[in-house]
Amino acid sequence: MQTFKVDEGRRGFLKKSSAITALYLMPSLFVKAISFDKLIPLPIAKEKLQLEINGKTYNLEVDARTSLLDLLREQIGLTGTKKGCDMGQCGACIIHVNGKRLNSCMSLAIDNNNSKIVTIEGLAKGDQLHPMQEAFIKHDGMQCGYCTSGQIMSAVACVREGQATSREKIKDYMEGNICRCGSYQNIVDAIMEVKKSGKPV
Amino acid sequence: MSDFNKYFKMDADDDRADGFEKVTGKAKFTAEHQIPNLAYGVFVCSTIAKGTIKNLDDSLALKASGVFDVISFKNCPTIPGYNSLTADGKRNNQEWRGLKVLSDNKVRFFGQPIALIVADSFENATDAIKLVKAEYEKEDFETDFHKTRLDASKLKANGNYKRGNVAAYKTAPIFIEPEYNIPIEVHNPMEMHASIAVWDGDNKLTVYDKTQAPKRTQSAIAGAFGIPEKNVRVIVEFVGGAFGSGLRSWLNLPAACIAAKKLNRPVKVVLTRPQMFSLVGYRPQSWQKIGMGADASGKLLGISHSAISNTSRYEDFREGIVDVSRFLYACENVDTDYKVLPLDVSTPTWMRGPGEVTGCYALECALDELAYKLKMDPVELRIKNHADVNPENNLPWSTKYLKECYETGKEKIGWKNRPKIPGTLKENGMLVGYGMGSGVFGAGRNNASVRVILKADGNIILQSAVSDMGPGTTTSMTKVAAENLQMPLNKIKFQLGDTDFPPGPGQGGSSTTSSLGSAVFLVCETLKQNLKELAVQKIDSFKNLQTVDIDVKNENIFSTKDSTIKISIADLMKASEKQSIEIVKDSQGNNPQVIKYSSFSFSTHFVKVHVHPKTGAIELKHVVTTGDAGKIISENTARSQMLGGAVGGIGMALKEELKFNHQTGEIENASFGTYHVPLHTDIPPIDVWFVNKPDFIVNPIGAKGLGEIALIGFAAAVANAVFNATGKRVRDLPITPEKLGFKNA
Repeated sequence: MQTFKVDEGRRGFLKKSSAITALYLMPSLFVKAISFDKLIPLPIAKEKLQLEINGKTYNLEVDARTSLLDLLREQIGLTGTKKGCDMGQCGACIIHVNGKRLNSCMSLAIDNNNSKIVTIEGLAKGDQLHPMQEAFIKHDGMQCGYCTSGQIMSAVACVREGQATSREKIKDYMEGNICRCGSYQNIVDAIMEVKKSGKPV
Repeated sequence: MSDFNKYFKMDADDDRADGFEKVTGKAKFTAEHQIPNLAYGVFVCSTIAKGTIKNLDDSLALKASGVFDVISFKNCPTIPGYNSLTADGKRNNQEWRGLKVLSDNKVRFFGQPIALIVADSFENATDAIKLVKAEYEKEDFETDFHKTRLDASKLKANGNYKRGNVAAYKTAPIFIEPEYNIPIEVHNPMEMHASIAVWDGDNKLTVYDKTQAPKRTQSAIAGAFGIPEKNVRVIVEFVGGAFGSGLRSWLNLPAACIAAKKLNRPVKVVLTRPQMFSLVGYRPQSWQKIGMGADASGKLLGISHSAISNTSRYEDFREGIVDVSRFLYACENVDTDYKVLPLDVSTPTWMRGPGEVTGCYALECALDELAYKLKMDPVELRIKNHADVNPENNLPWSTKYLKECYETGKEKIGWKNRPKIPGTLKENGMLVGYGMGSGVFGAGRNNASVRVILKADGNIILQSAVSDMGPGTTTSMTKVAAENLQMPLNKIKFQLGDTDFPPGPGQGGSSTTSSLGSAVFLVCETLKQNLKELAVQKIDSFKNLQTVDIDVKNENIFSTKDSTIKISIADLMKASEKQSIEIVKDSQGNNPQVIKYSSFSFSTHFVKVHVHPKTGAIELKHVVTTGDAGKIISENTARSQMLGGAVGGIGMALKEELKFNHQTGEIENASFGTYHVPLHTDIPPIDVWFVNKPDFIVNPIGAKGLGEIALIGFAAAVANAVFNATGKRVRDLPITPEKLGFKNA
């Protein structure tokens, strides 16, 4: 005999979320004593969500289980933010939420109502690249390009947070961004240059 | 530490051609194509290592919200290429290689897909996984490489080699016979393997697939589904790393195709990160023994190299682990022996520097061990035994500048500071060590086709059905064309990643630049000849000229004898009323010239390490990596590839190890949190240096391969440096403080 269990880990974040999220948790309260065979999953309710992404307001209906990352990639079509692990371990999905860097795979979309979000697509001003994007090109801070969005969003935050004071400090504050192609040195070069240039980030 | 040596001036001309797309998020990777009516497929995976599925209850999952179907051996459609025999009993040459997903009720390794849930959203599909219940009949299994390899009856021989006397090393005045172990290492590119299948009717489809070899993927699908290759279009605009994992297709590909066909709607299957450890190949686990003997002067008298590496129970995967010992050093007596060991695990595959990375680790460590025994400098020992011709076939090298790599590496790392007696040098309280290793990889060249399109406005488009996993193929091919046509880079666009383009090679074996570059060179030469002929035909002032007296440069066609006779490409197109000129050229990989030579790329890696005397913590302080890779086409991207090889080598030497729970057969550390890849903080200053001398025997552009030699030999350099720092020889990778004897680290 098996019982239905809402799985642990990230789904546990639901607990601190809103009322409709709680509905999703309800089946587990009811079904603890019901056999696996008789369990029929309930349809999942969608919740209304308003976000400002790259300066544009979005009114959305979102599955309570959807991560902010999947919302961006699968529902809105902003695929510049990358899924590298879906476990908060690689940094490929880093975006800025209300000015702070965040692994967007680790945050449920519905927990971000009324947030201001900036993704890699929102970093350039029209055709004018952000200084960090220019520096990444100049120093070749990429190979395959898959971790690049997360590296750049993290790098911008690193400078803004005032942490880009030395190569060693930059490495410490960029440690959550994995680059499997191994462009780390060029990435640090790019961040150092932006920091030294004094350009506003 | 702020200013590393930069051997190359960075200027905009050397920028990565697709850098803009990559820094703005515009680059589209496989899973990112927006397809209407898309369904999501996720795998349900086995929770046993070996056995038979007795019962698979999918009734509950089928009732779950948004679930369209659960595909398993119970209802999987018949796939023609899954059968080993055709309907009339003949061998089916179109048989799908490897594991046939969802086709039967056998479990061959822990985590094997046993069903595919297809739903309207990723969330609905994923949530339904726990609703599928499988009952198994378990069988005994073997996942323990070191335990199983001791039973010789379980090994499969893969041929051996000898020249001179076998085991001659044992009669040498000085000899060693160390054994080396390398655990499984997993590619883990940042982009997960993914496929989207879109059928158009019963026998035609478009597939978006993460692949290093679009043409190979096309033929794999065509074979599996029994349809003509031309009916399969594979699109792969960008590849988020692969390092070999994209050289063959994994189960996401047939699963997406099967589901999309069964449901008659597009289906996307993206592996999860944990599945990137279990459902994609890996560098096999290996055991090696090197017997090596020399006389007192250091002259090698015998090398015996044996190796065992693991494969799966359902496929044999072999690689050239021991081959390197036959030709890297001059030695009259060499014998090698290689066997594979089938285990109840998934099949390994090529991973950056396949075979040579493993073999060179052992060979280059052994040379270091021998050097200490001889009381000789390890670089001197290598130069003493330098192979002036390839000792395996006595052919001359097409080019070989390995000695320059040794010298430059020594100078830049500060080799003169290396302590002759290990464990005797300290710096700021840290033990200091220096080590080096060499790398070698065949400078292969394959067939490739390229189309050139010259537009009426003088812009050039080049096309080939290859993909670019990161080395910068788009960049280097644009440069080859620009150099050949003497045109500005911004006039040239290289397009790839679509099987509708002329067939190109898979991106593997460090051969893309050589193969594809030769084809680009050839098609550009042909274009120039066409333009010259066109000018003679259509332009009065050229009428009496021979084409040998005409040249093409700076977007002009002109007489080399009379500078007043000149026309721009755009004006020539206009005068001849042409909208465009299109030419396709095939370049052949083998030519009579090449087979008279032995063609290889070479590298050296020099490292300096610090080891904490109390904790054994190892920190790399400096890396100098050098490459003899012929002419460097794009210095910027080539340098990045070398940096990447060094980073990969740091992971191999100090961090990476896939672990199994041998009680259950399950992988224990299938995540970035538990399988440790190199991070920003692991990377010391890395200097890259290239010989940068062309090899025109290999191809007309003078380039040899680069991707593999960047990594081959690197782990040995680290291991040798750690020994130099501590006097403790760790032969089992990764090297950790525990293995150095620091129990409480």
